[in-house]
Amino acid sequence: MNTLSAVGAWLTTAANWSGENGVWHRLEQHLVLTFSCLVISALIALPVALTLGHLGRGGALAVNLANIGRAVPTFAVLVLLLLTPIGRYGQWPTIIALVLFAIPPLLTNAYVGMREVDQNVVRAARGMGMTGTQLVWRVEVPLAFPLILTGIRIAAVQLVATATLAALVGGGGLGRIITAGFNLASTPQVVAGAVLVAVFALLMEAAFELAQRCAPDWARGRIR
Amino acid sequence: MTAPPPDDCLARNDWICGDYLSTRRQILLDATGQHIQLTVISVALGLVIAVPLALLARRRRWTVGPVLGITTVVYTIPSLAMFSLLLPVYGLSATLVVVGLALYSLTLLVRNILAGLDGVPAEAKEAARGMGYGPMRQLLTVELPLAVPAAMAGLRIATVSAVALTTVGAIVGYGGLGNLIYAGMNSFFKAQVLTASVLCVIIAIVFDLLLLGAERLLTPWRRAGRKARVQNRVTAGVKRLVTASGRRA
Repeated sequence: MNTLSAVGAWLTTAANWSGENGVWHRLEQHLVLTFSCLVISALIALPVALTLGHLGRGGALAVNLANIGRAVPTFAVLVLLLLTPIGRYGQWPTIIALVLFAIPPLLTNAYVGMREVDQNVVRAARGMGMTGTQLVWRVEVPLAFPLILTGIRIAAVQLVATATLAALVGGGGLGRIITAGFNLASTPQVVAGAVLVAVFALLMEAAFELAQRCAPDWARGRIR
Repeated sequence: MTAPPPDDCLARNDWICGDYLSTRRQILLDATGQHIQLTVISVALGLVIAVPLALLARRRRWTVGPVLGITTVVYTIPSLAMFSLLLPVYGLSATLVVVGLALYSLTLLVRNILAGLDGVPAEAKEAARGMGYGPMRQLLTVELPLAVPAAMAGLRIATVSAVALTTVGAIVGYGGLGNLIYAGMNSFFKAQVLTASVLCVIIAIVFDLLLLGAERLLTPWRRAGRKARVQNRVTAGVKRLVTASGRRA
């Protein structure tokens, strides 16, 4: 009970929200990092996944990428990048690690989505004289859209989590409030930071859930 | 006059260093031991909670929503936050890391065990009932064995993720090899960071292979007619990833 009220007190102290180490600044860093990495990884992963899915190749690549990604600790990659020459360039170790870990879910989901498209529909579209490009954009991508969106959602939530870890190697973001709390041996601050991070991650998940619920039918895979 | 510094890989701070392996052998062994211990205990704990939870969810259908909902919410929380949230309850202890990791594995395990039980063919259940099996015997000798492949898929993912996630436990001092990575980062000790990272990956791969072997032993009937399935393996693997491609960080 004592800890709880101390956490409440930390969260309601205005001084903890403002300034360089304040919650608002850390939240902004977290948001910028998450979204820029989401855009970069989508720009890398989606063209590859759509091409491979259209051609029907690369299933093994998708599986292996996802498996390797799971076995490699994010924290280890962050530290390894930090100690290489890249480490001298500020945010880059964090950005590279985040992008690396966001690519597998984007790639596998988009690839599977493209492969799951009813082959009869594809054949019919071909019979109507559609070219490869038309087939991709007018048939396959719209039908694969729900799974592509799921991939983006998984990647986004994962990026929020990984951006938290960046604090361990001296990066910005909400995780910094937690690590600073550890350094100050202040349990209330650690827990308050954890609450903020958890709420942010859950809000990200909820935002996607809401977007998917409100989306038109075709984006939810209702038309099959 | 002082002696010139020894010209070895430790002094040069190389990434790969044999001297590091020989001089810090005990430290590496201890960290590896702690890493394996934390992983195994937490996944075992997750399994002990997940099986009854999955059985309950199947018996009382209305619990499926809440059980899956709560475990999914738990899975969304970043690991650093998870360990920190448990701090007031468990303090700086190994229990904290174990509980955090067990909570994560719970999601994957419950989902997969449920999917496995739901996937048991109705004919198999009818045949068991026709042979006079009671509900308990049917569950233990027919349904659970048939659910093993799906459950093992979840167990493998949970274990491999737990090995990777244990490193974050370094924040509270119980991260196994993560402790070495954390310490190596602060002292710019390259050999230590690389060695510990590689060991993490090796542990994950070894666990995955062991569980794959266990799955083979537990499902001897699947070996018959395996050839036909081999082609479908990659496709099935890809499909499974759609539901499970989220990983924790």
